[in-house]
Amino acid sequence: MSNVVGKPRRRVDGRAKVLGQTRFADDLSFPRMLHCRLLRSPHPHANIRGIDTARALAHPGVKAVLTGNDFPIPFGILPVSQDEHALCTDKVRFVGDPVAAVIAVDEDAAQEGVDLLQVDYEPLRTISDPEDALQNPEPKVQAYGKGNLHKTVAMEFGDLEKGFAEADQIFEDTFFFQGNTHLALEQHATVAHVDPDGKLVVYSSTQTPHYLHRALTKVLGLPAAHIRVVAQPNGGGFGGKSDPFNHEIVVAKASMMLGRPVKICLSREEVFYCHRGRHPVQMRFKTGVKKDGTLTAVHLQTLLDGGAYGSYGVASTLYTGALQTVTYHIPTYKFEGARAFTNKPPCGPKRGHGTPQPRFGQEVQLDKIAVALGIDPADIRLQQLLTDGAVTANFMKLGTIGLRECIEKVVEGSGWRQRRGKLGYGRGLGIACSSYLCGAGLPIYWNELPHSGVQLRLDRSGGVTAFCGATEIGQGSDDVLALCVAEVLGIEPFDVRVVTGDTDLGPVDLGSYSSRVTLMMGHAAIQAAERAREMIAVSVAKKLEIPRERVVFAERRVFDSENPENGVPFRDAVILGEAEHGTLGTVGSYKPPPSLAKYKSGGVGPSPTYSYTAAVIEVEVDPQTGWIEIPKIWIGHDIGRSLNPILVRGQVEGSVYMGLGEALMEEQAFRRLPHKRSGALVHKMPSMLEYKSPTTLEMPDVVTYLIENPDGAGPFGAKEVGQGPLLPIMPALANAVFDAVGVRVDEVPITPEKILAALDLKRRTGVGRVGPGKFPEVPWPEPAKVPTPWEGGDGRATNETPRRRDQRPQAPIAPEVPLGIGNRTQAERGVSR
Amino acid sequence: MSKVSIALKVNDEAAEVSFAPHKTLLEVLREDLGLPGTKHGCELGECGACAVLVDGKPVLSCLYLGLEAEGRSVDTIEGMAGGPDLHPLQDAFADLGAAQCGYCTPGILLTAKALLADNPSPSREQIREALAGNLCRCTGYLQIFEAVEDAVLRIARSSTSEVAAQ
Amino acid sequence: MMRLPKFRFFAPTSLAEAAKVLAGEGPDAMLLAGGTDLLPNMKRRQQQPRTLVTLSRVPELKGQSPDGEGLSIGAFRTLSDLSVDSPVRAGYAALQKATSLVATPLIRNQATLGGNLCLDTRCNYYNQSAEWRKAIDNCMKAPREAAGVFTEKLFLAGSAERQQRSGDEPGSICWVAPGSPRCWAVSSSDSAPALIALGAEVVLVSHEGERKIPLAELYSNDGMAYLNKRPDEILTRVLLPSAEAMKSTYWKLRRRGSFDFPVLGVGASVTLAPNGEVTSARIVLGAVASHPVVVEKATSVLVGGPLSDERIAAAADAAVKLSKPLDNTDFALGWRKNVTRTYVEGVLKELRGDAPETLGLLARRAQRAVALPVIQPG
Repeated sequence: MSNVVGKPRRRVDGRAKVLGQTRFADDLSFPRMLHCRLLRSPHPHANIRGIDTARALAHPGVKAVLTGNDFPIPFGILPVSQDEHALCTDKVRFVGDPVAAVIAVDEDAAQEGVDLLQVDYEPLRTISDPEDALQNPEPKVQAYGKGNLHKTVAMEFGDLEKGFAEADQIFEDTFFFQGNTHLALEQHATVAHVDPDGKLVVYSSTQTPHYLHRALTKVLGLPAAHIRVVAQPNGGGFGGKSDPFNHEIVVAKASMMLGRPVKICLSREEVFYCHRGRHPVQMRFKTGVKKDGTLTAVHLQTLLDGGAYGSYGVASTLYTGALQTVTYHIPTYKFEGARAFTNKPPCGPKRGHGTPQPRFGQEVQLDKIAVALGIDPADIRLQQLLTDGAVTANFMKLGTIGLRECIEKVVEGSGWRQRRGKLGYGRGLGIACSSYLCGAGLPIYWNELPHSGVQLRLDRSGGVTAFCGATEIGQGSDDVLALCVAEVLGIEPFDVRVVTGDTDLGPVDLGSYSSRVTLMMGHAAIQAAERAREMIAVSVAKKLEIPRERVVFAERRVFDSENPENGVPFRDAVILGEAEHGTLGTVGSYKPPPSLAKYKSGGVGPSPTYSYTAAVIEVEVDPQTGWIEIPKIWIGHDIGRSLNPILVRGQVEGSVYMGLGEALMEEQAFRRLPHKRSGALVHKMPSMLEYKSPTTLEMPDVVTYLIENPDGAGPFGAKEVGQGPLLPIMPALANAVFDAVGVRVDEVPITPEKILAALDLKRRTGVGRVGPGKFPEVPWPEPAKVPTPWEGGDGRATNETPRRRDQRPQAPIAPEVPLGIGNRTQAERGVSR
Repeated sequence: MSKVSIALKVNDEAAEVSFAPHKTLLEVLREDLGLPGTKHGCELGECGACAVLVDGKPVLSCLYLGLEAEGRSVDTIEGMAGGPDLHPLQDAFADLGAAQCGYCTPGILLTAKALLADNPSPSREQIREALAGNLCRCTGYLQIFEAVEDAVLRIARSSTSEVAAQ
Repeated sequence: MMRLPKFRFFAPTSLAEAAKVLAGEGPDAMLLAGGTDLLPNMKRRQQQPRTLVTLSRVPELKGQSPDGEGLSIGAFRTLSDLSVDSPVRAGYAALQKATSLVATPLIRNQATLGGNLCLDTRCNYYNQSAEWRKAIDNCMKAPREAAGVFTEKLFLAGSAERQQRSGDEPGSICWVAPGSPRCWAVSSSDSAPALIALGAEVVLVSHEGERKIPLAELYSNDGMAYLNKRPDEILTRVLLPSAEAMKSTYWKLRRRGSFDFPVLGVGASVTLAPNGEVTSARIVLGAVASHPVVVEKATSVLVGGPLSDERIAAAADAAVKLSKPLDNTDFALGWRKNVTRTYVEGVLKELRGDAPETLGLLARRAQRAVALPVIQPG
């Protein structure tokens, strides 16, 4: 019997949100606060020869102008990609790269100051896409990498040639997934000030206050303990607020220099330049199958358009190959991936991080295979499901797998068996499946510390406060924290006060990314609450004169399980505990189990367990125009256990929504002007009007099935739901279009223009397909050869020297810096005027 | 540029406010009247986050000059509850998951309030149409539609019980 | 936050006062008639009038009255009001549909008919921030030398002057058609093609007097000089002829069911004699040129016979020939041209009385979008 787990409830922060009282970063205001605007590059690629700040500095209301000279120390989210400066130092790498900052009494004055800045640029040749990057190693966008290739990886699991030899048929397909962006409704905002005690405080719309804390420590040269980062509730994140950003560092420095609070709120256009969204990915899938549809080998190649900076790019690249194996049994698997630097805003993690693109390719190709072999596309998937606890070819250790039930539910709900292929020309059904991480097994920087910590404070008021570094981005992490504590202590979530996202007040949680919060923070919260429960139970047992084992916590009471009348209110129980043990406080923490993947790059992919999803989409396609409509979607998600079903359903439907946007219309697209007239490379539509995001009128009916099969790896059996349900939407739609009108769009988004073009092709040539042609020639490295578990492999590559712990790229956990702000001279603080 | 001063009604209270004349109502509310509950996602009329009611009609405060609000009645999210109890729409939104990150929520709640004032029992299609100018990136809208429908029932129930009490 | 540039502000309370203020302020003044187009343009520094004259307090512009057998509509009526207006619904379906399809419900509560008719032409190279435009060295509609300053006086700039300015120097080019001497920004009003199809006239008032012109004559096929209106003139009223026996409709093409400007609009009206013969017909295309395009040939093809499939196809042929979209809006231009046929045929079949289910999916959507029940005024 659970107290609150599984019960539909109002989330603990629901009241604040409907009252408009949730304080987002831009809602904060402080006395004497100054405002910051950034000057951004109008050139896609240019050297900075000089910046004239005199006119801006002389402008009324302007207090300071900062340039790259003020920020010599680089930063970046990954230790291997420390390639960003808060303001560009020597060159600009995309239209929108920040070059200078003006701090003034209000935003108008700051913008006027920005308009008065004069920068002398020396334009460089523009690298516009991965093919361009492959053909032109010079000029290099970044100083590191091979030419303009940021990263190439290759790994082979098992004997691929043997796998292909065992196949009856080999399918080769190329796919393209266009880039798109998060478009969280809240624009990034940050306010920084120096506390009366001389310590720096930074309030920001960030999903990762801990990583921002580290970047500030490094760039500003302050002791970490003298910086406090507060992640305000985010007005949506979706991965877009997971990097430390230029503007956060700029206003932190400015507030130190000027001794006044400084705020920045980006315009929507600037948010498009921050980006870190979905990478455009070209893919090639070569897949061997037996006549009955059994997969024997998969060879996947991916080429990512990374934009101008590293961001999470190395991880993104690895994610395009890491999770192909965890949905269906793939006996031999080879993955080659490459990421190119181009003169565009950097790509990074968006909901599904690196996995939706190859998921699209894999699920569409599987549909083609099923059609070619005359197998029902639902059956070809059911035929090769993995078993609970299996270890995959690339040494991902799986947990429970509810995919069979997911498929069965959507097949039944949609009438798949009766209706697929029988709806008449112009109407069709498509199916696709997916799986996703429940938290990355490794942190961003190598360390042995917990991934999440929770501290509990209980006192004689009966009040319970839970402190945690986790960040509320709308997904409901505050609610999960309160719920986990309440469940263990037999109280209501509203009885728990949560203090989150604050690096001074809560233990470290790595942040709201990789679908990790419910699982990792949940475990930490449960551990802390169980420790508190134990202390209280001992005291209550003495008071009630019963054995400890009989003490039960429920309905805000602590009582005897054999005689429920015999008990005390929760508040009195806390008092008994405090009387016996002294002031009550406990901690809990969580670290994922060690990974089985010991090969290099094996750090990306492992997770404590994986969620599974299946979706069926019904489409209508107008053969005359290619116009596409979606009457209904059925989606089944293996949630393990639903902690608060209202929030779980919201995550599923929100993922479906975002997936539909990607599938149908969203594009982070760029425009080149005629080459002989201009070297410009601009974002085609950095606005909410022209970046098309579905409205109320585009959202179809969605039938959601939650498959509850508790997984021991999750808190109360729960798995993730924030990202996985997005993944099957794009391929299910492509497959439904094929069922409706018999053409293949091997590209995302799937637009009326492309469908019509495919229909025309079919009419003229008999083959109705639009999509990329040849996969580009990439200089792949020698692959790491890793024998599979069924070949007796131990998770190591046979051709790599095993890496010792001390060879890991070391990043200091908390670099020691001697001086705080308070005891520095003005000159040391870099005040220039 | 010197400030201008106007008188208007904000959340049913008389107010006077001074501001730079080129400011929009959005900026005046957030920066000069201390009401940051009204949000902004684009400032160009492309998202609906800044919707407020002017003389009962939902409009975009980012495209409404502060000066044009002279003598008018403006309702913002801060005034929606009107007391310790939430408005039935607010209750339904909080209970049914219609607010995830909560950023589009103030604009949607006010737009929905105006809808129910005009049409106390809208169909699902009418709700869709009325909210077609408010983007939400979190929910996929379905729980928002359900919350508006649930608020209709809550309002009907409370007016029934009021009648019964009389 | 995107903020407005600074400006002088006037709120006249009568038409006479408005006309006087406008004349006094000269060509750097612009009228504010709802602001849902002008204010975003100002925030992006596409337009930076020194003076704004709001029409929100001018009572003469808000009324509506019968005009003989027709209707006289004040230019400051909001699109929301018009979309639920009984006489408009009863007699002028094209206008009702067009006004109910502009942007979003929130914008329609502010936007006015006059504002929509004078809507600035749009282009993906122009409707961008000053910073973005700098990255492409600007274009002739928002030239660098004007630093984003653009006022109505440029509307009147003769083509000879632009000819001189065109060429290869930055800021004088049309990026969507770099060889062209003129600007190809797109007429994006929904109400204009609908009203031209309905045979509307407009009244223009200045401090010197008033004049009445057919609405079609308000526009020129030039992305910069798109309005044949002097900066000191105020569009005060729209006059509609008798609607008796005339049927009309308006279909809008766009990616999403709201927010988006049209990438194609088709306004159409026909009058059918009792024997089914077409006695008058007008088809007007929106968003395929810098002005609303009247398909004259369609009128000659349709009038004098029944609305047969053959005649409808011939009318659509004529429309497709005139539909010349360029790559400066949403959707691929070839596809937009292609849909012109679907839309014109669909519009005429709807007016013939064909059942919606006999039309294609996209056509059904075009109908369904406007058939959605709108909120009844309280």
